[in-house]
Amino acid sequence: MPQTGTATILKIFEADFGGIVEEWRGTQVEEGVRRSDLFTDSESRAQNIELLKAFLTGIRSGVHEQDFSFEDTAWEDLRAVLADLTKERVSRGVTPSEMANFVLALKTPLFSRLATELAGDTDRLIAEIRLVTRLIDAFAIYTNEVFIAEREQIIERQREEMMELSTPVVELWDRVLTLPLIGTLDSARSQEVMENLLETILQRQAEVVIVDITGVSTVDTQVAQHLLRAAAAVRLMGAECIISGISPMIAQTMVQLGIDVGTVSTRSSIRTALADALRKVGYVIEKRDAH
Amino acid sequence: MSGVASIHLVENALLVSIQDDVTDTEIIDLQDALSNRIADENVDGVIVDISALEIVDTFVGRVIAQLAGISRLLAAETYVVGMRPAVAVTLVELGMYLPQTRTALSLSHALAQLRRG
Repeated sequence: MPQTGTATILKIFEADFGGIVEEWRGTQVEEGVRRSDLFTDSESRAQNIELLKAFLTGIRSGVHEQDFSFEDTAWEDLRAVLADLTKERVSRGVTPSEMANFVLALKTPLFSRLATELAGDTDRLIAEIRLVTRLIDAFAIYTNEVFIAEREQIIERQREEMMELSTPVVELWDRVLTLPLIGTLDSARSQEVMENLLETILQRQAEVVIVDITGVSTVDTQVAQHLLRAAAAVRLMGAECIISGISPMIAQTMVQLGIDVGTVSTRSSIRTALADALRKVGYVIEKRDAH
Repeated sequence: MSGVASIHLVENALLVSIQDDVTDTEIIDLQDALSNRIADENVDGVIVDISALEIVDTFVGRVIAQLAGISRLLAAETYVVGMRPAVAVTLVELGMYLPQTRTALSLSHALAQLRRG
């Protein structure tokens, strides 16, 4: 019964850590996953050494018999190093497959050393290679998971920022608000827009709200529905809603689609809407006579 | 405390404030009491303050809509004031646009509109 544990692999690492690092880096170059355009030589060497050390720490105490889980505390170092490294790589534009191959390239130096070490004992060699393969594959998969999680975080953050950016409610005048809509208006966004608008009406005690759709690319039945629902909610709160920025093109489309705006006032430009809104709250815009 | 919300006469309008813990029977009683007061006192308007109301269902929505219909028949305008954003969104989602009801941001806005006629 060949004894397969982490002893051999640990011995190999201890015997020639520097050599393994160099050979690993060599394989990375061969596989074309070393991004010398993104990282300087010394930078990537330092990263590689740090990562390999953390991996080694994990092997030393994190593998029981044949089992291991990267969630164990023994792998804490590796997780921390990976998190940092991934964050940096994501921000510099490394792809997921490059990331996986970068870890998988570690197999070449380890296998060749195992073969030399256990030259006469084929059974044991196969068993050891099986363990090392499992370890490195799991390592690569875990790396990719971290990588994807990092990317998802970025996407989520950008989505939130976009949502906030896309729904600014601006106070144009005392008791007059405007909401310039830009881009597309889907259900999620219109809900966000509506809630934001209603909250601002309450805060500012606004009486008139101009929803400007000059920047909305297409108005179909669904977009119109969202707009009219927002207008209805604004009315229920006791304010008045003017939809401005209805181009002749959009007006034609809306009529052809049979959209009935009911009692909601609509204007072609924000300019006329503003004049209207000011009149409603008791102001007039007047041209001063030239002297 | 609960019980039927009290109805006050302010200028030439009846003011009612609906509490958050209002029950279905109470609101029916209120509708009845209001109808009588509108006819008796010959007011121009009814102002229903729902700023305390955090939750609405179709029932409350319908009662408010009915109230507007009743007062219109008795020659008074109904103003709903102080509706919270969440309540407005819910009503719209339920498809209750309350077309007969007038709305205002606050009691003073409603009174100002009533004075203007």
